[in-house]
Amino acid sequence: MGDATETFYGVIRRQGITRRSFLKFCSFTAASLGLGASSIAHALETKPRVPVIWLHGLECTCCSESFIRSAHPLIKDALLSMISLDYDHMIMAAAGHQAEAILEETRARYKGGYVLAVEGNPPLNEGGMFCIDGGKPFVEKLTSMAEESMAIVAWGTCASWGCVQAAKPNPTRAVPIDKLITNRPFIKVPGGPPIAEVMSGLVTFITTFGKLPKLDHQGRPSMFYSERIHDKCYRRSHFDAGQFVEEWDDTNARKGYCLYKLGCKGPTTYNACSALRWNGGVSFPIQSGHGCLGCSEDGFWDKGSFYDRLTTIKQFGIEQNADEIGMAAAGVVGLAVAAHAAVTAAKRLRHRPDRPAHKGKPS
Amino acid sequence: MRNRAQKFLAAADAALAGRSIRGGTAHIYALVRLWHWANAAAILVLSLTGYLIGTGTPAIWGMASGGFLFGYIRFAHFSAGYVLSAGFLLRIYWALMGNAHAMQIFCVPLWRRCFWRELHHEIRRYSFLAVEPERGLGHNRLAQLAMFFMFTQTITFMVVTGFALYGQGAGTDSWQYKVFGWVFSLWPNSQDFHTWHHLGLWVIVMFALVHIYAVLWDDVVSRRSFPSIK
Repeated sequence: MGDATETFYGVIRRQGITRRSFLKFCSFTAASLGLGASSIAHALETKPRVPVIWLHGLECTCCSESFIRSAHPLIKDALLSMISLDYDHMIMAAAGHQAEAILEETRARYKGGYVLAVEGNPPLNEGGMFCIDGGKPFVEKLTSMAEESMAIVAWGTCASWGCVQAAKPNPTRAVPIDKLITNRPFIKVPGGPPIAEVMSGLVTFITTFGKLPKLDHQGRPSMFYSERIHDKCYRRSHFDAGQFVEEWDDTNARKGYCLYKLGCKGPTTYNACSALRWNGGVSFPIQSGHGCLGCSEDGFWDKGSFYDRLTTIKQFGIEQNADEIGMAAAGVVGLAVAAHAAVTAAKRLRHRPDRPAHKGKPS
Repeated sequence: MRNRAQKFLAAADAALAGRSIRGGTAHIYALVRLWHWANAAAILVLSLTGYLIGTGTPAIWGMASGGFLFGYIRFAHFSAGYVLSAGFLLRIYWALMGNAHAMQIFCVPLWRRCFWRELHHEIRRYSFLAVEPERGLGHNRLAQLAMFFMFTQTITFMVVTGFALYGQGAGTDSWQYKVFGWVFSLWPNSQDFHTWHHLGLWVIVMFALVHIYAVLWDDVVSRRSFPSIK
């Protein structure tokens, strides 16, 4: 596709975009990334475009669907100008052997210089036979392309944590990418799917500066994943006031109270939904009246009902949550204590307390 | 002379479990008793507010700006958490600086033969098979075991996970998150910590039940101790 020495600025000038528009774009993107506009402008003017290889493993393509809806920057700019998306079999024109040839070409030509974006994850059971891509197990394609990559971007919860295809009992043994490839710079962009602007913002950052942004302990970009949904939720004031929706169709739901009691996972979910929102800032799940599922968190698919605050604990055979188990255990202890007290009382009624019981062991 | 020393030590140990010898030299151990009651109050507040935080309160009417109920409940929980943590640190300091009995709830000598013999006897006593208590000083071995596994361990766990969860709200650049945020590398999804923190509450409830009952029972049966409430 593109020539590696061509800069982003060169491409957009060739397309007839004015310098004024270019600087406007830089300011928008810089604001969403929390950076200075001039540094972005400088980088885009001088750095060569970074080739991106986008692989699809065991997934539902929701990440791509999200990505192509990016508004800031517009996906047209990101795809056609900013990055050189050399391989993505969902949106590329080439097919068959021509398409596969690009992989080998990129691998040889841009050794250690291309970004490997992975959507979905590899199933490892049966030698990876549960996901065949181009006639070979996907896991082989992934490991070979990862070897020579500059960095790996794990798009979505599938690539980051495993997601539903890794849910118990995980028959295909689907694993997150970082369990398989450990020796490359790695960035997790969890979410089912991630927000479009988060994806395109990261692509902008990586292609602009040629490095990964600051990551948190879990390998997620701090700029988008350092706060919980709860921290910036517009219903937070109802949470603090103790105003909760009790039923989906009650008055409180109509008034837009907090969805905490209906199992909203906002307080445990790190993502930017409540700040950036979706579809160009139109809405996000809580605004639409449904609690957060916690889709960008590890194991969200195995934590029991989406509509309970407390996780279902399956180890006890029947599905219970911490409160039910705790109350039952405390009840048993209470009964034991009562029984013990009853026995003590009965014994004391039979033997007067002032003399030691005859059965007692001499000390 | 020996009798006096024994009384002194007994007072020390008794104070720890919320018991005291009438009169005597308990004032030296006022620190431990202060800790005990501050701790008990903090645990009471933490349990009640913690349960409410986990399950949510009934809906309050009116404008959101007019109420701060859940905020106050959480504030009480966090404040009591700080009291509990500070007290626990103080108690650890005292375990190191106090006498051998001060260490009892932090160290269980599972490797000693006499521990198991005394434990066996104490189990017999609570099963009404023996009458006389084995040990004259300190916690009996059964109490020590319960203290260590149900109280000390659980409180440590609750303090660590509590601060980690607090750190999430305080932000990833807060000291709470920096000091305790490492726990999230054990389970990346903090939902699990909410669950375990909740289970911890019930362990403490069970401990409190057994603890209060055992204090009263021992008082009635052996007449060796009585609640320091007086």
